Amino acid sequence: MPAPADRPDAAPAALPPAFAAWFAARGWEPRPHQLELLALARAGRSVLLDAPTGAGKTLAGFLPTLVDLAGTPPAARRKGLHTLYISPLKALAVDIARNLEAPVAGMALPVAIETRTGDTPAHKRARQIERPPDILLTTPEQLALLLAHREAATLFGSLRRVVLDELHALVTSKRGDLLSLGLARLHRLAPGLTAIGLSATVREPDDLRRYLVPQAGDDAMAAHVVVRGGARADIRIMDTARRPPLAGHTALHAMREIYAAICAHRTTLVFVNTRMQAEFVFQELWRINEEGLPIALHHGSLDVGQRRKVEAAMTAGALRGVVCTSTLDLGIDWGDVDLVVNVGAPKGASRLMQRIGRSNHRLDEPSKAILVPANRFEVMECRAALDAVAAAAQDTPEPRTGALDVLAQHVLGMACAGGFAEDDLYAEVSSAAPYAWLDRGTFADVVRFVATGGYALASYDRFARIRVGRDGLWRVTNPRVAQQYRLNVGTIVEEPMLKVRLGRARRSAPGAPAAPVRGGRVLGEVEEYFAETLLPGDTFIFAGEVLRFEAIAETDVVVSRTAPGTDPKIPSYAGGKFPLSTFLAERVRGMLADPRVWRRMEGGVSDWLETQERKSMLPSRDQMLVETFPRAGRYYMVAYPFEGRLAHQTLGMLLTRRLERARLRPLGFVCTDYGLAVWGLSDIGAAVAVGRLDLPGLFSEEMLGDDLEEWLAESALMKRTFRHCAIIAGLIERRFPGQEKTGRQVTMSTDLVYDVLRRHEPDHVLLRATRSDAATGLLDLKRLAGLLSRIRGRIVHKDLDRVSPLAVSVMLEIGREAVFGEAADDLLAQAEAQLLEEALA
Amino acid sequence: MSLAIDEPVPPARRAAEAAAVIRVGPLDFVADVSGALVLPEDRLLLVADLHLEKGSAYARRGIFLPPYDSRATLASLAAALARWRPARVIVLGDTLHDRGAMERIDPADIAALRAMQAGIDWLWLSGNHDPAPPAGLGGSVARELAYGGVTLRHEPSAAEQGPEIAGHLHPAGKVRGGGRSLRRRCFAANGRRCVLPAFGAYAGGLNVLDAAFRPLFADAAFTAHMLGAGRVYAVPSSALAPD
Repeated sequence: MPAPADRPDAAPAALPPAFAAWFAARGWEPRPHQLELLALARAGRSVLLDAPTGAGKTLAGFLPTLVDLAGTPPAARRKGLHTLYISPLKALAVDIARNLEAPVAGMALPVAIETRTGDTPAHKRARQIERPPDILLTTPEQLALLLAHREAATLFGSLRRVVLDELHALVTSKRGDLLSLGLARLHRLAPGLTAIGLSATVREPDDLRRYLVPQAGDDAMAAHVVVRGGARADIRIMDTARRPPLAGHTALHAMREIYAAICAHRTTLVFVNTRMQAEFVFQELWRINEEGLPIALHHGSLDVGQRRKVEAAMTAGALRGVVCTSTLDLGIDWGDVDLVVNVGAPKGASRLMQRIGRSNHRLDEPSKAILVPANRFEVMECRAALDAVAAAAQDTPEPRTGALDVLAQHVLGMACAGGFAEDDLYAEVSSAAPYAWLDRGTFADVVRFVATGGYALASYDRFARIRVGRDGLWRVTNPRVAQQYRLNVGTIVEEPMLKVRLGRARRSAPGAPAAPVRGGRVLGEVEEYFAETLLPGDTFIFAGEVLRFEAIAETDVVVSRTAPGTDPKIPSYAGGKFPLSTFLAERVRGMLADPRVWRRMEGGVSDWLETQERKSMLPSRDQMLVETFPRAGRYYMVAYPFEGRLAHQTLGMLLTRRLERARLRPLGFVCTDYGLAVWGLSDIGAAVAVGRLDLPGLFSEEMLGDDLEEWLAESALMKRTFRHCAIIAGLIERRFPGQEKTGRQVTMSTDLVYDVLRRHEPDHVLLRATRSDAATGLLDLKRLAGLLSRIRGRIVHKDLDRVSPLAVSVMLEIGREAVFGEAADDLLAQAEAQLLEEALA
Repeated sequence: MSLAIDEPVPPARRAAEAAAVIRVGPLDFVADVSGALVLPEDRLLLVADLHLEKGSAYARRGIFLPPYDSRATLASLAAALARWRPARVIVLGDTLHDRGAMERIDPADIAALRAMQAGIDWLWLSGNHDPAPPAGLGGSVARELAYGGVTLRHEPSAAEQGPEIAGHLHPAGKVRGGGRSLRRRCFAANGRRCVLPAFGAYAGGLNVLDAAFRPLFADAAFTAHMLGAGRVYAVPSSALAPD
């Protein structure tokens, strides 16, 4: 049945009678997009379904498969797997399998559905390859493992359809790169395969449409089915009796109102941006939980058993509130949520819409959400996000350029799977949209890297991991290599974590070192690299209280409680996890420049900005304000680029280097999503006034040349990025938590490797991968470059005699956010000074 | 010898120079920022634990570390020789990472090593990784050596009180403070004994607070002369942190 010529997307198909009856029995009617998807699938088209939560996305994705399978009795079917479903979360795959049981059981369909995750027992895995189910639900990592299996060609030869859930979330990371390569292989193993992508609305749906189908320079795209949200979301900014403070992320001022909102609703999800905030808000809510409401906590560092318990209670409707981080961002249906509270700024409009979608899983009822800005900059940011939601504007990230370290992992997997011809694999890999840019030469570099490390000095040939056989196929040289591949698969590199445990310090004798007593309660986990920096007696915020570090004992960080009112000495990660999106930043700059907008704003913003205007100035939309002033014996320079914390951090590193060279003796800097403050011993404002320092020169794009190169050579962030790439690419082995006491050994050796490689082969494929990560990752160089070019010729300088209202908001982060900028050797010099003290004592 | 009074030494430079001085028994050595130990008036230079071809040793297990570690190590050694122009060099063992190293090393690296020996009295002490340094490296070989009342050997001997200079343990010191931490290779010394840092690019380090160092330094009191970016810093063991 050919589709009408003017409508290649095919006319909606009718449901088979059994399905129509099942829908009718439940009082439902098939939605137009569900029928449209069915018709497109029948026409053999791949399709992107772009729909808000509650639109029946999952059922729409599986309907074509269920109809297919219902129409052909098992005996008449081709043996093997029919449909593969991939989700970013293990829990989501399990959840979907459960949801599919209703229609399958209701219509008595002869369909076998199974999940395959890291938890699936070995015997079941083996059986799944021998006798596959009709529908298999799994994750990108498990797919990679299956594709590297010797039986992959047989297993996937029968595949008709692949359903990719939460595609918008997957494609923004290296996991999306890995999945795109897996998808390219599936298209090759099963010609005629169609892909269905399920996604929330994104800025550039065409990128996702390309992702779903093989690219051959023809800009092929999957069909696009769009469902627009029914009811408009009901979102507002929370009115609080107390105004938001000038800085900080705790939202302590709003706890009463958040609690009242929980009391007034059936189930409330309280979203926060970081684990630390989650801990804090949870504790504060319980402090005032007079009614003893069941309020739970859910974040990634909690024990898995604990998380499962919360999820079960949630599904059972036993909870009134859950304080959670992005672990609950994705589409799991946790029951009857009727309110979403977002504490802190949403950082991106699309992220906010995703979170709001968690409430009211029915398309025709409005989702209800309340935003709680934690400081005054965040009031503006929340307002900007609200406007964006009202305008249905999206700020999802740009499509990724496929990463070379992920490609290296995939190439090794394909050698394990039974071998590949280099030209064939190149054609296949470059048919994946993220790798459409890949040239043949770079691909060859990656293959050589996998084989022998790919060094210009070809000394490792005889130890090659993969080698070309007489038949022209690259294969692994040794079964041990395949074993290594399986242990290393995946793109998520976990930071080693240590448990934080309460313990008392007892002094055995006067002057003797404190001996901590173990056995206290575990409060949670911190990254090992953070714990490593602590000295006994250092205080820091964790789990909502100020703790005193006592010692590291095996894998525990032993801490004690401090007296109320103690100040944290060491900054812990209190800031947002995601940097402010470019889109929201632009809107906030626009607000700042428009008094008609900010004068009407709540939460003390209008007073704050009015004072700023009086005491300093407010920059126009395209200007960048730089303020200089003295305070308490030091000189400060505060700049407001609004480009997010990561880009500011890199900018701060480079600025301090340049100030140091100008002999202006900078001591350190701190940054937020909105601005950064640099301080030092010389009067920067005076240096500008007498022409000793040229601000446009200081902020010139030249800093991205030699200054950047020099800094990258020693940057700890760059070394960490390199380590991640080296692990993903399989240069060094991943250590699993528990297998080794700590990840310290690895960190040390990759730093040495980075130094040597950088000096001797700066263009090595792994350094190319590292630099490409640095451009968008922890160093956000791309955004910094954009910022420097944006402000060229548009810097306005105010030399003040005291701190300005805007500057206060940035400077209050000193002590809360990590302070950077002191040369590493300073620490050695400080330690050395102790020797002199001892000598003089 | 007289001091030029009209040109006072800046305090920072004086501190740097003081930090670099390491006394062992009767001799005052100077610690070079590369990890070499120098006796300038005797034109003597000591290094330990070059571990040449450690990278390629990993390659046999399918871990392809960049094969430039020997080259990097030798370049650093050549730079130290150019700075101090010694007449005599003594390498305190573990020159080669393993027995197969000579088969894997790039002939160009061997040539570079031979070239830097020109005009230098070069002595290899044997280590645990290379009980007998093979022919082809030039110089002469010994197990240990007494020099000006100080014993030079690969593995420090806890049974003796010194004076002794050794390698083998790859000492590294760690300092923490202000929310940062820093781990650097170091010389561990107490006036009677000095353990040299490993010179090899991939050699890595063992924290000097590790139990392995305990028998060597009575009362755990010693100074870690840590290798900074531009100079050596003398840090008392009381200011060091464990891993």
